[in-house]
Formats: sequence, C-alpha cells, structure tokens
Amino acid sequence: MERWRTYGFVAGFLAVPIVLYTVFVISPYVQAFQISLTDWNGIAARPGYVGLDNFRRLLGDEVFWRALRNHGILLLVLPIATIVIALFFAFLLNLGGGARGPGMAGVRGSAFYRVVFFFPQVLAVAVVGVLFKAVYRPDESGVINGALVRLGADPVGWLIEPDLALWSIIAVMVWQAVGFYVVLFSAGMAAIPKDYFEAAALDGAGRARLFFSITLPLLRDTVQVGWVYLGIAAFDGFALIQVLAGDKGEPDGATTVLPIEIWKNAFSYSKVGYASAMGVALFFLTVTFAVLTLRTTRRERIDL
Amino acid sequence: MAPDSLDSVRPVRSARSVPDARPRPGLLNGLSHAALAVWALLIVAPLLWTFLASFKSNTEIFGDALQLPGELRLDAWGRAWGKAHVGRYLLNTAVVVAFSTFGTMLFGSMAAYVLARYRFPGSRVIYYYFTAGMAFPVFLALGPLFFVVKRVGLLYTHTGVVLVYIAYSLPFTIFFLAAFFRTLPESVAEAARIDGASHTRTFFQIMLPMARPGLVSITIFNVLGQWNQYLLPLVLLARDERDWVITQGIANISTLAGYEADWPGLFAAVCMAILPVLVVYVIFQRQIQSGLGAGALK
Repeated sequence: MERWRTYGFVAGFLAVPIVLYTVFVISPYVQAFQISLTDWNGIAARPGYVGLDNFRRLLGDEVFWRALRNHGILLLVLPIATIVIALFFAFLLNLGGGARGPGMAGVRGSAFYRVVFFFPQVLAVAVVGVLFKAVYRPDESGVINGALVRLGADPVGWLIEPDLALWSIIAVMVWQAVGFYVVLFSAGMAAIPKDYFEAAALDGAGRARLFFSITLPLLRDTVQVGWVYLGIAAFDGFALIQVLAGDKGEPDGATTVLPIEIWKNAFSYSKVGYASAMGVALFFLTVTFAVLTLRTTRRERIDL
Repeated sequence: MAPDSLDSVRPVRSARSVPDARPRPGLLNGLSHAALAVWALLIVAPLLWTFLASFKSNTEIFGDALQLPGELRLDAWGRAWGKAHVGRYLLNTAVVVAFSTFGTMLFGSMAAYVLARYRFPGSRVIYYYFTAGMAFPVFLALGPLFFVVKRVGLLYTHTGVVLVYIAYSLPFTIFFLAAFFRTLPESVAEAARIDGASHTRTFFQIMLPMARPGLVSITIFNVLGQWNQYLLPLVLLARDERDWVITQGIANISTLAGYEADWPGLFAAVCMAILPVLVVYVIFQRQIQSGLGAGALK
C-alpha cells in the first residue's frame, strides 16, 4: 500500500514536466530528423520523402560552407581571446596585489572592476547588438569612428567591410563574455590554497612565475569548462549576427552562420526540410566538438 | 580590444627574469591598473554614450560622436515609452518571465526531487531523458517547434511562450537541482515521514526550504536566461506587435529607426531596456555572479 502511494506521488510529480518536455522539446527534435529527409515546405499535408537529397544539396551549397568557415573562425578565436583576457584579469583581480596581509590579494579596486566587467553578461544579446550598431557606425557618428576622426584617421567600415565584419562581431562576443569568465576563473583561483603562493613568494617567485607555475596548472579544469562553453557559443551567434548584420549575415553573407541560415530557410523561404537538414548538421558538429574536447581532457568525471 | 590587453601582459611576463622576490611593484601595478581601467572604459563607454545619445537631437547624433548633448531633451524618452511601446514590451516580458520562471522552478524542482531521492523502475532512464536535452542545439528544433506550438493552438500567445520556456529550461534546472537534492541529508526527511508527513508535504515544507541556496542560484539563472531570450519569441510571437517582448521590440525599433530617423528614440528605448537590468544587477550582483558561476561549474 505504502509502496503504491509512493509510486503515485512520484508519477504525480513527474507527469507535468515529462509532458511539457516531450511535447515541446523532444518531439520537435525527433521531427527535425524526420523532416530533414523530406522536401516539406511547412504547408503541404504530405511532405515528399527525398532521402538524403537535402544533405547532398547542403554539401554543394556555397552558403553552407561559408557558414562553416565562420564557425571555424569563431571556434578558434572566441575561446582563445576570451580565455586569455579573462585569465589575465582574473589573476590581477585575485592575486595581482601580491602577498598582502594574511594572504594573497588582488590589486586595489578589484571589487569594483569585477562588478563592471561582469555587467555585459546580464544584458540581452539583442540589446548588446543594437548598442554596438551605434558603436560601429561607418561614418564619424559611430562611437569608434568618431574617436578615429578626431585623431585624424579615416573612418573604418567595421560592419560593412566583408573582411572585417566577422572580426567586429567576434570582438562584441568577447566584450560580453570576458566578465563571466573572470568570475569563473576567480572562483577557481580562490580555491587554490594560499600557502602555495606564500611558499613560492618566499622562494622569490614573481607574479608572472606565480601565474604560469601555480595558478595556470591548478586552474586547468576550470579553463577546460570555459573552453567547452565558449566552443558551444561559437556554434550559436544568432542574436548578435541577426541584429548587427541582418537576416542575411551582411555584408553579402560574409558573417553568416548556420543558425541564421536555419532561421531564414525555415521562416523566410519556407524550406523547412532543408532547414532541418542544416539543423541536423549543426547538431552533429556541436556533439563532435563536445566529445572531442572532453576526450582530449583527462577529467575523471564528465558532466554533460 | 584584444591587442590592448595582450600588450600589457608582456611586461608582466618579463618580470620572470627579475631575480628579486618583489618585482618593482610601482611599474607593474601601474600597468595592471592601466589594463583594468582600459577594459572598464571599454565596457562603460558604449553604455554611457547610448545614455547621452538619448538626450541628443538627430543632428547631434550624426555629428561628432564624442560631443555632449546641447541641452537635456527628454522627449525621446516619452516617445520610446509611448509611441514605440517600450513600456508595453517591458510589461509583456515581466509577465512572461514571472510565469515561466515560476513554472520552471516548480516543475523542475518537483522532477529533480523525485529523480534524486526516490528509487523506482525507470528513474535513471527518465533522468537521462531530461538531461539529454542539454546536448541538442535549439536551432535543430526551431522549424518543427513552430508547427508543434501551432498544432496545440498556442502560437502567437504568451501561454505558448511560457510553456516553451519552461520546457527548454527543464533539462539544466533538473540536472542542477537533482545534484543539489542528492546532497541533502536523509535524516530530516526520514524524521518527517515518521511524524506522518505525506511525501508532498515533506517536499514543500521541508526539502524545498533546505534546498534554498541551490534554488536561488538556478532561479537567477533562469530569470536572466528567459528575460534575455530573443530567438524563441521571434519565432513564436511574430504576428502581433502588441505581444512582443523587450528584446524583439528593441531589435525592431533599431530597424525602424533607420526609416523614421528617430535615433534619440532608439537610444532612449535601449536605455529603458538596460536600466531595469542594471538596477537589479547592482542590488543582486553578488548573487547573480555566484548563481551564473555555479551554473557553469556544475
């Protein structure tokens, strides 16, 4: 009797979450795989089965390869730039003051910097995009170009030069992400016992030595977590690129990424089948990245 | 941006060759502070510029970017609030996020609790069923999701958005809270059971209060994530402008500003979107930082 009451309770608590999750999350995912094998346009009652045609077309689609190239650049630059800058600041904010008082201290004003650095993280990406549209405006009314013109330089077309646009967008991503990773790495640094630093400092290690010989090796796990997170972010970029570069990834598709193409194909061109095939490709790319990263890192426990 | 800070790394690194215990603190400290101050300026400058631009006239905005507004014009704020419906967008967002975060926390903690603390056939399978959702990019579901929501008759409604937010927040919420519930001691729940408390009562009156630190972290995580959501409302609330949330509204005002040439209005709207977040952030920054950090480290 007691047992059945327990089962009843368990079922009662699980029913709503399972239904919501199955209907709105799992079923669309499963359908996406099915639809990727059809030519469905979102209207036809009976979508035509086309086998792997969508994927074959994908391989010949220039836009798809351009999106992949952009993901590749993002995947290389976004984690490296963010982690290097964040590690540097986290070190200054936590240990840069040297041995002061009872333990290691950050440089003066650390608390203030931490608050300021983290703030972009809580802003919506779409709002950040609108903000940087003004920063990057191509004439002297843009914030950066206004400063450049004052210094006597020519204004730069940050978002309209095809070779520059993606880099301008990556800079915004780094701008927004650094504060979060400063906090993340700070937490990791706080967990390092103070005596390590004191002993090293007594032996005459300078700050750079402290960083490369003690902090960095002991922070490995945290940095790896950050790497995976930033890598997954490199497969997104939708909100920022959509706001800064428009639906087509202007200029001329130079900044497009798969999420933009998926959205455009599904809702502007009504090519739901083709969009789903792109989604499937994106899924396998993300999973491959996550598995590869976690494989090459020797963590005992893998939480994913 | 990156080169600035990289340049400032170099002098620090060269300190390795200095044999003395304390490398000249004056110079190093100066460089550290310079690097930190530059980054702080990079963050504050665009925000400050936007704030000032909301008081400028169109001519001033298109003139010299580094000039202060000539006079304090408040009309752009009025236009943004009224004509551009920023007030309505903020209200919509607040209503949607209030319901969706509440629902996420309620259903997420219920599921996490039974999955973490009850043994029954299939409990592992259900746990993995939920957490598997974290591995899929939402873009894979995008097309089909639109038609699923349409079929259940909730397309272009806030109810639909709330339910979708809850569903997509469940995997991480359950993953995080299940780990948290597992750490709570068994003895208290046992004592409650001996005293004759029902399972439901034990959960709501004893276990939930004990799980408070975990609940606070993940609530903050969900509020921010759902408040800042852009993709899902773009797909699910596309039709009626009056239903939009703030991110959609701002992006649209940004596009319209080009046609209507109301740039001060745009920047006032952006400020209105940022200010509530800034106020909440200043008050709760410690909890927000630890909440998001805990989310990432789990």
